[in-house]
Amino acid sequence: MNELLPRLPFADWIDTGVDWLVDVFGPVFDGIATGLETTVETFVDILDIPPSILLAVIFALLAWWLSTKKIAAFTLIGFLFIDYLGYWYPMLQMLALVLTSVAIAIIIGVPIGIWMSQQVAARRIITPILDLMQTMPAFVYLIPAIFFFNIGVVPGLVASIIFAMPPTIRLTMLGIEQVPADLIEATEAFGSTTWQRLLKVQIPLAKPNIMAGVNQSIMLSLSMVVIASMVGAPGLGTKVYQAVTQLKTGVGVETGVAIVLVAIILDRITQHAGRSKQGGKES
Amino acid sequence: MTDTGRKKKVEVKNVSKIFGKSSKRAAQLLHEGKSKKDILKVTGATVGVNAATFDVLDGEIFVIMGLSGSGKSTLVRMLNRLIEPTSGQVLIDGEDIVKMNKEQLRNVRRKKIGMVFQNFALFPHRTILQNTEYGLEIQGTDKEARKKQALESLALVGLAGYESQYPGQLSGGMQQRVGLARALANDPDILLMDEAFSALDPLIRKDMQDELLQLHETMGKTFIFITHDLDEALRIGDRIALMKDGEIVQLGTPEEILMNPSNDYVERFVEDVDLSKVLTAAHIMKHADTVRIDRGPRVALRLMENLRISSIYVVDKSGRLMGALTAQDAMRAAEKNLPIEEVLIHDVITVPGESVLTDLFDVVSTATIPVAVVDEANRLKGIIIRGALIGALAGDNDFINENGTIEQEPVEEGEVKVHE
Repeated sequence: MNELLPRLPFADWIDTGVDWLVDVFGPVFDGIATGLETTVETFVDILDIPPSILLAVIFALLAWWLSTKKIAAFTLIGFLFIDYLGYWYPMLQMLALVLTSVAIAIIIGVPIGIWMSQQVAARRIITPILDLMQTMPAFVYLIPAIFFFNIGVVPGLVASIIFAMPPTIRLTMLGIEQVPADLIEATEAFGSTTWQRLLKVQIPLAKPNIMAGVNQSIMLSLSMVVIASMVGAPGLGTKVYQAVTQLKTGVGVETGVAIVLVAIILDRITQHAGRSKQGGKES
Repeated sequence: MTDTGRKKKVEVKNVSKIFGKSSKRAAQLLHEGKSKKDILKVTGATVGVNAATFDVLDGEIFVIMGLSGSGKSTLVRMLNRLIEPTSGQVLIDGEDIVKMNKEQLRNVRRKKIGMVFQNFALFPHRTILQNTEYGLEIQGTDKEARKKQALESLALVGLAGYESQYPGQLSGGMQQRVGLARALANDPDILLMDEAFSALDPLIRKDMQDELLQLHETMGKTFIFITHDLDEALRIGDRIALMKDGEIVQLGTPEEILMNPSNDYVERFVEDVDLSKVLTAAHIMKHADTVRIDRGPRVALRLMENLRISSIYVVDKSGRLMGALTAQDAMRAAEKNLPIEEVLIHDVITVPGESVLTDLFDVVSTATIPVAVVDEANRLKGIIIRGALIGALAGDNDFINENGTIEQEPVEEGEVKVHE
């Protein structure tokens, strides 16, 4: 086989392509990198202003407002425990990274999801791209990300965004598509414009689905923190990575537990926010 | 029917809908008179509606009726272009909506045509009030005005006090009231009702039909009502269009359809109709022999002898019912030389001509003399004898008066002659 068919140098082409992108769009990438880096760092700085105990209480109150008392109590205990273990600051760094990446994933993902629900052509083109984004090993994103954005928090952030975005897009699209046809007919019969139909009926009804997507995005983003730490994104992931390279089982488990606690808290809060506030029982 | 004087609200001209890819070829075949089945075989396209033509008059209840797959839902959706017609014209107040651009169409939908759906199609995330406000909200009506209008329209359908509930908290009947209120809030001229009551259980359905008729009376809007239930069609329709395989097979008043089915299909359809709910007193009444109040008892007595009847109704000069007279009483009066008035039985049982047979059973079975049918002015129009009631129920046409009048006499002018 190898002698008959010349091996096409895909890898070389991709390298050349990346080099070209870096050459041409270097300044653009630098700008994006600076912007993202500032965002995450400012986020960390703000979170670091109040003393840890006060922030834990604030988070608990936030959880109470968005979900239930039980989840609020768990939030408080969880954060205090992480503080007690001494991982408060790395936890904040991780939280900033995760929340920023999810926020960006939502800002980009929800409109794409809506667009795909409205246009068959968009759906045909974007669906395979989403498949690719989700199945490509996450490490692979890191390599070009380093070229584009240097090492540090930004390539980790970008890799997280790419990896975490597909569920939000998919579930937004699904949620809008699942709005019953007779409701769409009703909006049309009353003379709604496309935007009125979307904003007043389709998106509100798709909200539980969209929130499920956001929840999935948060989980995927959390699963990226260790990988992101390999290119220099600071946070709990770095601690895990260090524990692995130095074979410190104890530290590894401690930091692992801390990540899991944050994951559970975010998961429960977002799950609940999606379910509640739908008004009355569902028919 | 005095329809001829009324304005045409909706004119549907040759409207066809063909579903599927090769609709052009199918349209051509349809034009050549090929059947729905043949066209499906040749082109793979389905004929939804074939050259439907009819007018809906201002302020009438027009029923489109047919079984599932007959194209009635497609037809009604072409009236507000939820489904694009393949060909034909739909004129609303003389304007062809098929030719309208999006903006114009939206305006017609907002101002002129309301729609009520089979499965209610309420927005589950909005309260009853917000649901009712929807049509006004998207038109940009300001908050106070639209709330006021929505509340009015909710009160109209008997749902005042439920504003802050969600659709999921209401029963089916109440949900459909919301559907109706939502459509009425826009104050449209035309209301399209797509199987609006079909998802409701029979008792509630009947209530809703009654209320619809009442609403229609007070608001004077044009209703286009889709149903697969012939009883419902006959009950509420001023005129009915019967559909089969995408074509209108008969169009007429409920009576015309019942009494003169235009073909076997319609006949099979109307076969199972519960006649007792369709036929009225006017349909089965017989000519009433009467005597005028100013005649003497002897005249009345001779009349009864000649006709071989034991009692007779007494009327005044203008045919108004005064009471009944039995042969016995007439004889007594004749002996004592009393006027008829002295021996008259005043509390006779009367029924209006439009009461249906189901409401007559009780009255007729307990009455000792034939029940009198009167109009609003208490003029005697005819009498009902038991045999006719039973005969009519058996479907015997000999007992049924055409168009609800005796011997082709129009009801309006049908002064009952005084036989002497």
